[in-house]
Amino acid sequence: MSSRVIINTTINGEPMEFLVDERDSLLEALRERIGLTGSKEGCNNGNCGACAVIMDGRLVNSCCVMAAEVQGANITTVEGLATGGELTPLQDAFLEDAALQCGICTPGFLVASKALLDFNPNPSEYEIRYWLAGNLCRCTGYDKIIRAVQHAATQMRA
Amino acid sequence: MQDVTYRRPATVQEASQLLKDNGPTARVLAGGTDIIVMARERRRDTSMFVDVKAIPELNQLSFSASEGLTVGAAVPCYRIYRDETVSRLYPCLVDSTSLIGGTAIQGRASLGGNLCNSGPAGDSIPSMIVLEGEAHIFGPNGWRTVKVEDFCTAPGRNVLDAGELLVSIKFPAPRPGSGARFLRFIPRNEMDIAVVNSATNLTLDGNTVTHARIAIGAVAPRPLFVPAAGEALVGRPLTDETTAAAATASRDAATPIDDMRGSVRQRKHLSYVLTERTIRDAARRARGEIVSHV
Amino acid sequence: MVSTEKPKYRVVGTRPVRPDGTDKVTGRAQYGADLRLPGMLYARVKRSPHAHALIKHIDTSKALALPGVRAVITNKDFPVAEDKIADLGEGAANIKWLLDNVMASDRVLYKGHAVAAVAANDLHTAEDALALIEVEYEPLPAVLNVRDAMLDSSPRLHDNLRTEELTGLFTPPLGAGDKVSNVAKHLLLTKGDLEAGFAAADIVLEREFETTMAHQGYIEPHNATAFWNKDGELTVWTSTQGSFAVRDQVSMLLQLPVSKVKVVPMEIGGGFGGKIPVYLDPPAAVLSRVTGQPVKMWMTREEVFEGTGPTSGTASRVKIGVKRDGTITAMEAHYAYEAGAYPGSPMAAGVMCATAPYDVENVLVEGWDVVVNKPKVAAYRAPGAYQAEFAVESVLDELAQQLEMDAVDFRLKNAAKEGTRRVDGAVFGPVGNIQVLEAIKNSPHYKSELSGEHRGRGVAIGFWFNVGFESSAYASVNPDGRISLVIGSADIGGTRATIAMQLAETLGIPYEDVHPQVVDTDSIGFTGVTGGSRTAFAGGWAAYECAMDIRRQMVARAAQIWETDADKVAYDADGVIRGPEGKQFTFKELAAQLPHTGGQIQGRADVSPMTAGPAFAGHIADVEVDPDTGKVTVLRYTAIQDVGTAVHPSYVEGQIQGGAAQGIGMALSEEYFYDGNGVMRNASLLDYRIPTTLDLPMIETILVEVPNPGHPYGVRGVGEVPIVPPQATISNAIADAIGVRPRNLPATPRVLLEELLPPEKP
Repeated sequence: MSSRVIINTTINGEPMEFLVDERDSLLEALRERIGLTGSKEGCNNGNCGACAVIMDGRLVNSCCVMAAEVQGANITTVEGLATGGELTPLQDAFLEDAALQCGICTPGFLVASKALLDFNPNPSEYEIRYWLAGNLCRCTGYDKIIRAVQHAATQMRA
Repeated sequence: MQDVTYRRPATVQEASQLLKDNGPTARVLAGGTDIIVMARERRRDTSMFVDVKAIPELNQLSFSASEGLTVGAAVPCYRIYRDETVSRLYPCLVDSTSLIGGTAIQGRASLGGNLCNSGPAGDSIPSMIVLEGEAHIFGPNGWRTVKVEDFCTAPGRNVLDAGELLVSIKFPAPRPGSGARFLRFIPRNEMDIAVVNSATNLTLDGNTVTHARIAIGAVAPRPLFVPAAGEALVGRPLTDETTAAAATASRDAATPIDDMRGSVRQRKHLSYVLTERTIRDAARRARGEIVSHV
Repeated sequence: MVSTEKPKYRVVGTRPVRPDGTDKVTGRAQYGADLRLPGMLYARVKRSPHAHALIKHIDTSKALALPGVRAVITNKDFPVAEDKIADLGEGAANIKWLLDNVMASDRVLYKGHAVAAVAANDLHTAEDALALIEVEYEPLPAVLNVRDAMLDSSPRLHDNLRTEELTGLFTPPLGAGDKVSNVAKHLLLTKGDLEAGFAAADIVLEREFETTMAHQGYIEPHNATAFWNKDGELTVWTSTQGSFAVRDQVSMLLQLPVSKVKVVPMEIGGGFGGKIPVYLDPPAAVLSRVTGQPVKMWMTREEVFEGTGPTSGTASRVKIGVKRDGTITAMEAHYAYEAGAYPGSPMAAGVMCATAPYDVENVLVEGWDVVVNKPKVAAYRAPGAYQAEFAVESVLDELAQQLEMDAVDFRLKNAAKEGTRRVDGAVFGPVGNIQVLEAIKNSPHYKSELSGEHRGRGVAIGFWFNVGFESSAYASVNPDGRISLVIGSADIGGTRATIAMQLAETLGIPYEDVHPQVVDTDSIGFTGVTGGSRTAFAGGWAAYECAMDIRRQMVARAAQIWETDADKVAYDADGVIRGPEGKQFTFKELAAQLPHTGGQIQGRADVSPMTAGPAFAGHIADVEVDPDTGKVTVLRYTAIQDVGTAVHPSYVEGQIQGGAAQGIGMALSEEYFYDGNGVMRNASLLDYRIPTTLDLPMIETILVEVPNPGHPYGVRGVGEVPIVPPQATISNAIADAIGVRPRNLPATPRVLLEELLPPEKP
């Protein structure tokens, strides 16, 4: 049994303290220690984006971050996108534009798209595709996802 | 993931000591996009992560006309390509850093990690070679520098000795009239390992090449600096013929293998094609044209 | 949208938001791996490093001695499986093979084949223990492709496998051969006089093709959690396309009565056919029995590639004869399908689809189901069809060029239609083949000009049967007028919505008033898998019958309240129940009366349609090929399909776009890349290249609606057929662009460059 460490961090705006195994990834800590299972394991090696979270303002794959590294960090997961019971324009757009089928890649796409629109509120189709190239979806062929992000961006600029 | 401990030193001295005391299975952790995956899949024996991101020198990103550009070994790709000075003066580094992995990988992955991982296909290494990058290393015997082209020695191997860590990579200020370009060939359009990659850094006086450095990757046990390719251009006008001569030199220097990512013949051919293309784009940048990184 | 005449619907054909949507965009939806139970253990599987080997000995003692390890199991911990063929309802199978694929007994037949499983207090310990399980192997030579496997000199995978001769899908086999073979089945279907057909042709073209294994590539790895309680009742929570399919497989392999097994379907992150077989559910159950605690398992991505069922690679030969006027006089097609380690490729489906889109007098199609040392294949979206139709559509494209005929006109001239008898004997009812071909011709894409060097356009069509099978529905009318609808179909992409819409349509109530839930196998009647393009079709039909049951009861109740005869009361399409003398109840009004007029009302239905509406699709692609690198860029893509009735057009478009994307992946970049030892060299989402956002254009869709007369709302399955045309569409476009026709897919840059470069000097 490897050693345990206490992590103090902010997740979705709430200060949190929890115990992790020193060899837990951030994804494992979120899912198995804290019960935030919105971030998904699709490949566990940085190639699918289903576990994407925002860490101190930048998009990262939580499977490629050690839990011990997030001491003092500020993390946003898919569970933290909607606040006060209201969906965000991105979440609404994904639903209205049928941008999800099975939904397993959706948390990663939403988090990555939020990071994109935070950085660039008016991305072109190419910029959206470029930014989301690390997020794999097997159901949609991406068409409706790209359109939903464009739609949300328009809504948010209005 | 095998059983590991995690340490976060605050100084290069402390980091060096940890690496020395814990032997070769203590690994430097910067972005972690390779090292965490390798440890998890038990492809590289790892007993300790030495997280170097709390060390100021490894996070430095600065430029001065006299000192050139200093990139701390742990600076993630996104900081590099979003940096206004880097974008203006070193667009070739933007080429590389903006296509390593996807956005979420670029949030963590670093030039230092890419270099220390020492993969033959590392997508920032040809760029660092042609930009005359110098690796600044700290270890038990103090500081030393190694040219980037001499840093990697074999797949996954490099010049770092026990207790040594890469602290930063320094690049001289670009020569007036110079331009550089990196390209890679992958079957998809993102999220892929280069079948072949290439970088060219050219300085033009009118249409005459006064200085040229060309590197190719994924075609040998380590990223290759190809002096003969540059020599085919220097002192000559940039024409289809001289470009072809340089591209031929790259192809001749390539000693690729057949694997699931590419065949020998394909890689030899692509060494030529990519060298030719990077020369053309580098010349356009040398002439002040904007060549988009994509 | 292209529509023939169709009835006006109020709910069907609209685009409401799915009821499970909010949970799926907020991270709250519970997929299998998200489950946490008190006292839950974590388990992992030990897998073979060899493609083919005998298992001499397994020593689990060191692993068991590791602190935190709770149990280690091997095949010996399962009930002994009989080495005989069992009828499973949806096809026969040898039970020993099924169990051996879950956990090998005496030999391993592919790299990644499961040999043991370990449960521990936490995931890390379970992983640590894998290295401590010692397996002694005696390696055997591996057989890695169908051509080698079919040779007499080839090593045999099974000591008791003999070739079964078939002459039709529903005719009894002629018996098995006397030689031990790697060919499990041989199917031959003929029609007309082939020799005369070719003799009548002006041009005869014969070509060979190959395709590689390809994976469904769902983003969610397989998972299973099991708890076997002290009363001998087993509960399995899993992400599956069919909870009843899991129940039946688990009960068979563990030799438990089905009533002792309850399967709770968790949300599922993609399946495409690959999440019908069980892999982790049986070992999770046995580990739970041994430890007395719940056990959760999920696969790594590498395990998904190496240890679950992809689709078959194939080798094929197609010969077609045509007259100068474009009439096809004869078609002949031969296909060998990789089954993987155990018999059961989709060969028969492929053979039956190969020539189905065409009305040709003289046809011979033939197929072989061949075992090789690779993972046992599983269904993958229109299984077998694309490999077969790719070859035919490629030869037709080349013939159209030689005839100097428009590729669509050529197909229209020979298109199968209502009344056409297929080579397997079936006769088409109303189908949309002609309408799809005409829609291609009329599409903005096909009418547009394509210019530029190294650019080309391709078209191809595709056919898939679709299936019916059993579905159930149960619905309670609540006093507030809302409906609680209970179904058993896994919802992989809008099932709750499309079934609820059909219920709402039938009852004449708003979609929002139906609350659908997917429940476990103890809580609803038998329901077949979400697969075979059957769910909106059969599940919707069950919802329709369930609603009709409610309507009958509502009418009876209204009659009772009004003290009149039921035949004087009508249930109208607007959901208003009307009686004599202008008496009427809205649905809500009557629902409110139910509790105190004799009790509440529930509807139920179980339907089992044996036929479904066949589906046709036609695709158009524009591509550009970089002649210096062999890389293909898809510039524009249009997918046209006869969808019967689009219940939820956005979700129909999504199915079409997703199917097209998977087909494009198989055409250009997706392949199982093996080394000579049978090790898959690209078992990751980095090197197994499914298309990214940057690899696809927007995928335009044109929905053709030729209602299926065999369904209350004209629905036909839409999910599978869109994966059929892309391989030939892309390949034909490449041929148009550079004059090189890819016959081995995927047409990767490596392969195309080899064609483009001058021949290598010897």
